[in-house]
Amino acid sequence: MSDHLLTLEGVHTHIGAYHILHGVDLAVPRGQLTMLLGRNGAGKTTTLRTIMGLWRASAGRIVFDGQDITRLDTQRVARLGVAYVPENMGIFADLTVKENMLLAARQARTAAQMDSQRLQWIFRLFPAVEKFWLHPAGKLSGGQKQMLAVARAIVEPRQLLIVDEPSKGLAPAIINNMIDAFAQMKASGVTILLVEQNINFARRLGDTVAVMDNGIVIHAGTMQALAEDEALQRSLLGLAI
Amino acid sequence: MKDFDWKPLALVPLLALLVLPFIGSASTWVTLTVAGLAMGMIVFVIASGLTLVFGLMDILNFGHGVFIALGAFVATSVLGSMADYTASASLWTNLMAVFPAMLVAMLVAGAVGLAFERFIVRPVYGNHLKQILITMGGMIIGEELIKVIWGPLQIPLPLPEGMRGALLLGDAAVEKYRLLAVIIGLAVFGALLWVLTRTKIGLLIRAGVQDREMVEALGYRIRTLFVGVFVAGSALAGLGGVMWGLYQQNVVPQMGGQVNVLIFIVLIIGGLGSTSGALIGALLVGLMANYTGFLVPKAALFSNIALMMAVLLWRPQGIYGAGR
Repeated sequence: MSDHLLTLEGVHTHIGAYHILHGVDLAVPRGQLTMLLGRNGAGKTTTLRTIMGLWRASAGRIVFDGQDITRLDTQRVARLGVAYVPENMGIFADLTVKENMLLAARQARTAAQMDSQRLQWIFRLFPAVEKFWLHPAGKLSGGQKQMLAVARAIVEPRQLLIVDEPSKGLAPAIINNMIDAFAQMKASGVTILLVEQNINFARRLGDTVAVMDNGIVIHAGTMQALAEDEALQRSLLGLAI
Repeated sequence: MKDFDWKPLALVPLLALLVLPFIGSASTWVTLTVAGLAMGMIVFVIASGLTLVFGLMDILNFGHGVFIALGAFVATSVLGSMADYTASASLWTNLMAVFPAMLVAMLVAGAVGLAFERFIVRPVYGNHLKQILITMGGMIIGEELIKVIWGPLQIPLPLPEGMRGALLLGDAAVEKYRLLAVIIGLAVFGALLWVLTRTKIGLLIRAGVQDREMVEALGYRIRTLFVGVFVAGSALAGLGGVMWGLYQQNVVPQMGGQVNVLIFIVLIIGGLGSTSGALIGALLVGLMANYTGFLVPKAALFSNIALMMAVLLWRPQGIYGAGR
C-alpha cells in the first residue's frame, strides 16, 4: 500500500478556452493534513474540482488509493470515499440541517438509521449542528453553514476529506473552533486536503504543504520546514507566516 | 412548518370571495367554484410533473403537451374496449374501467417520456433555446404520430354512465365527475408531497432542484434521478390527459398544445420548480377561467394572463419561486 492516498501526476485542466492547470503534481500522504496554498487564481479550487471530476482533466493522471480516477464521474469518485466541501459550502438552503446530514449519509434512509455514535461525535465537534437540527439550513449564519458543510462531509467515514477555504469569511473565534475540529478529525485518522488562504490556519494544522502558482505546484514539503524558512515563505507566498 | 409561507394559500379563497358579489347567486357561485377547483386540479396533475422537470433538470419542455394528448387517446382505446363497464350506471363499475385506463395511459406516457428524454431532451441539456425548439418539434412529431394511430379527427370520450349528472347541494348543482377530479387531484398532490418530504428520493429531488453538482459530489447519480423525474412527469401528464379528455368529453391530437398555454401560466404563477406553487397556481387559473367564462366570456383567456401579470407584480419569481 502506497504512503500516499492521493497523487496527481502532470494534471492539466481546461475550462472552455482557458488552460487553468498546467501539469499539477501533488501527493497527499495517508492520515495527514495537506495544505494547498497559493494566491488567488493560482489554480487551487480548479485542482480540487478536477480531483472530484467536476471538471475533467485534459491530460495527466489522478490516482486515489491505487485506483486511477482521472476519468471517473463525480458520484463515483465520491463513492470511493472522497468527501468534498466546496468554497460556496454547497449547503441545501431549503432543506433542514437534519435533511442536509441525511442526504450525505448514503447508508441511511431515515435520520434514525444514521450512526448515532458518529452523530454524537459530530455534535461535540460542531454544537450548532445539533442546536439547529430542525432549522432550515439557509437560516444559519455563515460560520454555522460552514460547520454544517464540514459535518455533512464526515457524517459517514470517508478516506479523504477535501475542503476548499473553510475559514473564508469567518470570525476569528469561529476559525479557532474550526481549527480545533480539524485537529480532532486529523487525530481520528482521516486524510485531509485543505485549500486555505488563512496562513495562521494553515500553519497550525498542516503536516505537509503544497504551494501553487500559475496552475502548477511550485513547492511541496512539510509545513514545519516552510514555517521555519522565512525566505522561502517570502519567495513562495510574498509574505512571512 | 412555522417557516412555511402561508400568504399565497389565502389567494384561492380570496379570489373566490371577491367574485361572489359579482355573481350574485350563491348556488351559481358554488357550482362555478367547484367547477373551477376541478379544472384546477386537472391542470395541477398535468403541471406537477413539468414543474419538477424544470426545477430539477432546468429543462424547458415545451413538448409536455404530447404526453397529455397521448394519455387521452390511450384512454379512448381502453375505455372503448371496456364498454360494458362504462355503460353501467354503477359508479364502482365505471371506476373499474377508468382506473385501468388511467394506469395504461400513465404507463404509455411514461414509456414515451423515457424515449423523449433520451433522444430529444438529453442532447440539449444546458441550452434553453435549443430545448424550446427541439421539444416543440418533438411535440409536433408526437401529434403527427397520434394522427397516424388514431386518425386526425376529434374522438368522443364520453363520461361513463355513472359519472354523468350532478349532485344537488341546496340549489347548487355539482357535477359528479368534477368531484372525482378534485379527489384524484388531491390524492396526486398528497402522494407527491409525501414522496418529496418523507422519502430519501424526495429529499434528493429537492436537493437536486437547488444544487445538482453538490448532489453528485455526495455520491448520487443525478442523471438517474433526472430520468426518473422526467418519466414520472410524463406519466402524470398522461393521467392528466385522461382527466382532461373526460372533462372535455372529446379528444383531438392538438389538445396538448392547447393545454400547454394553461400549464405554463400555472408554472409561472406558482414559481418554476415548486409543487405547492403549481397547485395554488392551477387552482387560481381554474377558478379564474370559470368565473370569467360566466361573467365576461370574451375575456376568458386574457383573464388568466392578467392574473399571471398581477402575481408577478407581487412576486416576480412566482408565489413560491426559488429566486433563480
